[in-house]
Amino acid sequence: MLKITRMLVAATALSAAVGVQAAEITGAGSTFAYPIFAKWADAYKKSAGIGMNYQSIGSGGGIAQVKAKTVDFGASDMPLTVAELDKAGLMQYPAIMGGVVPVVNIEGVKPGAMKLTGPVLADIYLGKIKSWNDPAIEKLNPGLKLAAEPITVVRRSDGSGTTFIWTNYLSKVSPEWKDKVGSSTAVAWPEGVGGKGNEGVAAYTQRIKGSIGYVEYAYAKKNAMAYTLVANKEGDYVQPNIASFQAAAAYADWKSAPGFYVIITDQPGKTTWPIAGATFVLLHKTQDKPANAQQVMKFFDWSFNHGQKMAEELDYVPLPPNVVKMIAGAWHSDVKDASGKAIWN
Amino acid sequence: MSASEAQVPPMPMTDATLRHPEPVGAKRTSPPRWQDPLFEHTTRFFAVLVLALLACIIVALAWAAAPAMRKFGLAFFVTDVWNPVTLTFGALAPIYGTLVTSAIALVIGVPLSFGIALFLTEMCPAVLKRPLGTAVELLAAIPSIIYGMWGLFVFAPFFADHVQPLLTGTLGKVWLVGALFQGAPTGIGVLAAGVILSVMIIPFIAAVMRDVFEVVPPVLKESAYGLGCTTWEVVRNIVLPYTRVGVIGGVMLGLGRALGETMAVTFVIGNAYRIRTSLYEPGNSIASALANEFNEASDPVHRASLIALGLVLFVLTLVVLAASRWLIAHLARGEGAKT
Repeated sequence: MLKITRMLVAATALSAAVGVQAAEITGAGSTFAYPIFAKWADAYKKSAGIGMNYQSIGSGGGIAQVKAKTVDFGASDMPLTVAELDKAGLMQYPAIMGGVVPVVNIEGVKPGAMKLTGPVLADIYLGKIKSWNDPAIEKLNPGLKLAAEPITVVRRSDGSGTTFIWTNYLSKVSPEWKDKVGSSTAVAWPEGVGGKGNEGVAAYTQRIKGSIGYVEYAYAKKNAMAYTLVANKEGDYVQPNIASFQAAAAYADWKSAPGFYVIITDQPGKTTWPIAGATFVLLHKTQDKPANAQQVMKFFDWSFNHGQKMAEELDYVPLPPNVVKMIAGAWHSDVKDASGKAIWN
Repeated sequence: MSASEAQVPPMPMTDATLRHPEPVGAKRTSPPRWQDPLFEHTTRFFAVLVLALLACIIVALAWAAAPAMRKFGLAFFVTDVWNPVTLTFGALAPIYGTLVTSAIALVIGVPLSFGIALFLTEMCPAVLKRPLGTAVELLAAIPSIIYGMWGLFVFAPFFADHVQPLLTGTLGKVWLVGALFQGAPTGIGVLAAGVILSVMIIPFIAAVMRDVFEVVPPVLKESAYGLGCTTWEVVRNIVLPYTRVGVIGGVMLGLGRALGETMAVTFVIGNAYRIRTSLYEPGNSIASALANEFNEASDPVHRASLIALGLVLFVLTLVVLAASRWLIAHLARGEGAKT
């Protein structure tokens, strides 16, 4: 008993010591961005001496926390609309990107061997295309031998940014999908089984013969899953990789989008991967604690300029330089202290 | 010789000594002191605290669920649409999934637990008694997430490749019941979730059953054996009637766990808001719906609907508890009438 008491005392003393250390910036939200935020925070602490404490509680939670001002910034996989931003007095900017790839489990089909288009994917997920030897699929894949195998659709069961990117893409390429299902972090799926998390979808897809699912690119790569190619807006089939995700962001029309409200699915460009997305950081426009806000911006400025390699190591996609420049402009013009003075110069 | 057998008092067991283990009408030797009321009030305070907590939870749940109730009314409980995009929510599919998976778990789990408990108390050689009993208790100590992962990576493939084809080929051909075992054998769905749940509740039910079977006075059993009863006759006519209340309690404990189980079910049920005849189809349970969606439910109506689901689960569990109480009381009354 005495031992436990002593341990408790030691632990309390330890946590108190941590509390006294230099000011930390705090953030909460997207689980998708957590690994890279954590890695950046670690490196930034070594270089600048300021820690960043990020709680990966989900985008919904991140939005709620930043609105309640319990954290310095929030992070969401789904951008807020301009109306929502204005209502809450927030501004947002993209911080990190990722790609989503369809994966299949068909006997004899290797990674990158199968070609699909957006409308065909939508019809599969709507349950209209039920078999792998459907003429619509065979027409795209004359080189593949496809049996009359039933298709099992696999999708996420939990609310997630990956699902948002996926359903947003399907809504853009299929009017019927937009009409019947729509896009959100969770939707009313007409078909299929739901796996929890990327690992759940990956496990189901690897398990069930004749299945198709969608996972984050990093996940498909690490597990050597049979991803498919998807035709982009120009009709070209490109490989999903960091270059083609970055092309999606580079071609996207950020300039004419107020509040960076661009969802980078189905973007133009011959080298663009059509199913990509970004995690957005949310900041209050008028800051009660301008010093903290400045630290947040410094942290992201440092990460944008020094953290690209770290991001690529984790199979995230760093923002292209033209977008980083625009973000700095937005910091300067949108984030003010109580007296209306710009915090970022 | 196990500990519980040694605990049986050497005096003859009559009905009166069983019901009132303490001597009735014994006089206090000293006058009441101030400690007594203090002790009484303190313990009463603790007991009331539990009630207050329960009331607080119900009120908080009902309060937070109110926006969903206002929007959907009673239709919330009888529609099976769950659409976060159009913000239309109905709880029927998860309620159905919760009840069906729990029912499957009981159908498989109760007979198995009964067998385990019976073997451990009546037939098991003394050498095996301890290790087997501990193994059953250990099963209860495994965290549910482990069951979920084991279910997804080990059980589901086995179930899909060996059990489901077998079921479709046999039970699937039986009239009426056959419809329950149709469809693609994916190893994921309502049936798989029910089977995993049964594995999870067996240790609870078996442990309770074993404990109550062990308190049957040996005198009763020995008399029955002396009259020439077989082991089954002893169990049927002596052990079960004597322990009925405890056995029902154990089953209800298991059912309570099955209703509220979250992670293990989430992994294997398939998480689709659908009501289908076939048990191979994916479904959803209340607890897994909450686990899946609560994190990212940013819209107030979505959140309120999820909390309303939680309230439904709370009420379901309460009903189960009340039903078991009623059953036990009913049985006790019947017993009185017989003698």
